[in-house]
Amino acid sequence: MQKILLVDSEKCTGCRACEMVCSVKHEGVSNPTRSRIHVIKWEAEGFALPMICQQCESPPCMAVCPKDAISRDEELGRVVIDYDLCIGCKMCVAACPFGGMGIDTVARRVVKCDLCDGDPTCVRFCQPEALQYVPASTLNLRKKRDAGLRFAELMSRFA
Amino acid sequence: MALNRKIAYINLSNGEVETAPIPLEMRRLYLGGRGMDMYLLYNHTKQGIDPLGPENVFLVSAGILVGTLASASARTHMAAKSPLTGFVGSTNMGGFFAPELRWAGFDHLVIKGKAKKPVYLWINDGAIEVRDASHLWGLGVFDTQESIRQELGDEEVKVLCCGPAGEKLVRFANVMTGLKNAGGRTGMGAVMGSKNLKAIAVRGTMDIEIKHPEQALEYDEQMINKVNRTKFAQIMQKWGTMFIYGVTNSTGLIRCRNFQLNQLVGGDIECEHIEEVSFGTEGCFGCVIHCRHKYIIKEGPYAGVYAQGPEYTSQGAFGMEVGCNNFNTILVGNHLVNTYGLDTLETGSMIAWAMELYEKGILTDEDTDGLKLEWGNDEAVIEMIHRIAERKGLGDILAEGPLRAAAKIGKDSLKYNIQVKGMSNLHSDERPTPALALGIATSSRGSDHLRSRPAIDLYHLPEPVLRKIYSNPTPYDGPLTSNYSDYEGKPRQVQWQEMVYEAVDCLGICKYHTIFLSPNLLSFDEFSKLLYYNTGLEMSPLEIWEVADRAYTMERLFNIREGLTREHDWLVDRYFDEPTPVGLPIVRGKKLDREKFKKMIDEYYELHGWDENGVPRPETLEKLGLDKEPSHKL
Repeated sequence: MQKILLVDSEKCTGCRACEMVCSVKHEGVSNPTRSRIHVIKWEAEGFALPMICQQCESPPCMAVCPKDAISRDEELGRVVIDYDLCIGCKMCVAACPFGGMGIDTVARRVVKCDLCDGDPTCVRFCQPEALQYVPASTLNLRKKRDAGLRFAELMSRFA
Repeated sequence: MALNRKIAYINLSNGEVETAPIPLEMRRLYLGGRGMDMYLLYNHTKQGIDPLGPENVFLVSAGILVGTLASASARTHMAAKSPLTGFVGSTNMGGFFAPELRWAGFDHLVIKGKAKKPVYLWINDGAIEVRDASHLWGLGVFDTQESIRQELGDEEVKVLCCGPAGEKLVRFANVMTGLKNAGGRTGMGAVMGSKNLKAIAVRGTMDIEIKHPEQALEYDEQMINKVNRTKFAQIMQKWGTMFIYGVTNSTGLIRCRNFQLNQLVGGDIECEHIEEVSFGTEGCFGCVIHCRHKYIIKEGPYAGVYAQGPEYTSQGAFGMEVGCNNFNTILVGNHLVNTYGLDTLETGSMIAWAMELYEKGILTDEDTDGLKLEWGNDEAVIEMIHRIAERKGLGDILAEGPLRAAAKIGKDSLKYNIQVKGMSNLHSDERPTPALALGIATSSRGSDHLRSRPAIDLYHLPEPVLRKIYSNPTPYDGPLTSNYSDYEGKPRQVQWQEMVYEAVDCLGICKYHTIFLSPNLLSFDEFSKLLYYNTGLEMSPLEIWEVADRAYTMERLFNIREGLTREHDWLVDRYFDEPTPVGLPIVRGKKLDREKFKKMIDEYYELHGWDENGVPRPETLEKLGLDKEPSHKL
């Protein structure tokens, strides 16, 4: 069953634990600039949104890679980099519309979310559940339920 | 590694900057944060200096676990000689400044001298630059931060700053970062203002090595679950600290109308009101409790303004203490103090005191320029916040803090002020709770609930539970009692809480993650493991206790050097003379007993190894390695 890393900005408290645990998990250090996930904030409005690779079905990063170093792993529904093939040209970084592909200046390579091989660390540490790892096929059911509640509320108001 | 962060010495008078490593030996003695700051404060100031003069030092630090896998490792500590009390100035805040400071390569900043014109510091990956801040002078707290981010062209820059109140040397001006994270107490914002230092901006991209990453991740997950399982965390996640009001007000443990009542009778400022204006909560760095609400003011001249909070403290400052029964006044007051950069607690307490003086006729309409400082006058409370921050009229006098203001107002005004060592008390009434009263009387920074308050004393926990908590990591076989009305055994609770709060302040963890409001949270055993997994530093729970003991004793030494005597560890007469008028039977009609209180202080000194005057004995100093201070190792 393929799963998706779901981001719910309304639940995000902006604590940035996800950034820290991501960098510790992957690099053994605390350093948000080397994390695969970033909480982007609009402080004056009180809005925070974790941004991360969308694991596109038709990834621009994969399309522009001159060495075919990027591919899709259909089992986990993720986009992966083969570092044996990667030449570090950073075309993928330029092509990604979400900033999902980053540059690790210490390791000197491009980096992206690998869903921690099916057990995303950021999800485990996200107390408010702004990050969830959920089955892709039933992802929209939760949204339907939320929308249904709003609809029912609206109806009761005008009934 | 996490232990390679440096200390920077910055002289604002001549712009010189020096950096140095922090020896491991000093880490083992003081860890970091507040502990190391206390060493630096004692070593870098001379006796009797003017707190607002260039010879005072402004210390900024991150705890040793900041930015690591220790939940809520977000705390910035700041210290100086306090312009409010003349004793230890020490204050602590959350947010995102301290982790960024560490990613920029520093744990400690020692800022000396005075700039000729307004400046701010720009710290970026190991480099420190002094920059012009003339264009920022006069700006509110959040505008200052946004302006600096725009100027530097980086949204990720984190800023701490003083507000207009700090510039005007209001003696209880705070230091802030973000919309509401405040290092509120002891007037550190005024110290910044006195140095023409408007702000410190940081940005860092340097690794903090986690010594044992796998164990650190696993252990932190356990700790997060431990925190999350507590009822305390679950309530805080929903309401923030305002939930406390429901308990303390219904019991009768709050100050209402300054000190006239111990309940806001018929009050309607319960935390549930936040739901009407909140659109979510925000957390500090790495925190699962996320206790501050994001709200939009809906009524009055400030309608439409976005702010964060309010805390229980603001609820008291602009609610109970001033006799206001209007939730919107709390929301507006909280926003204003956070914009001006004022300590919310001191501001509310000073206004409440002025209101009582007005009622007694000690202050008149002439003194207030016609402002009716009557209990529950919402407009007058808001107006007084402006006047204090801008030092206008009576506000200029109140801006001087309890002792100086009382000296200016004269008559018998001082006796109505609820303060210790020249700093106002929280809106809590400690007459029915000797343990809490002892805590504020002896606190090293003046009356304060975050220095040693054994808040769990209010829960009537079974004696074996108390025994388990309070006899570790140092043994204790004296009395402990579940009854918060008792005087027995309370000194140990105060001393133990002092140590645990000092320890978290050295580590850089939030107090809400230790045994403060819940008995089921982290303590010395967990600190020891967190320290080892994250930094590799092997220190036993007992060794961490000793760091706390050393740092707290250093605070005592500083205070004694600046003139502290046993008389300063005492409460104003009202605690002993006026019985509480309302509340539950266990709190009604209560006042403190002078003799019993004096005995508590004796016991408290004894537990610390201090003599009957509160002076650390030579053998205590020797045991803690403090017999050769100042030692100028950093």
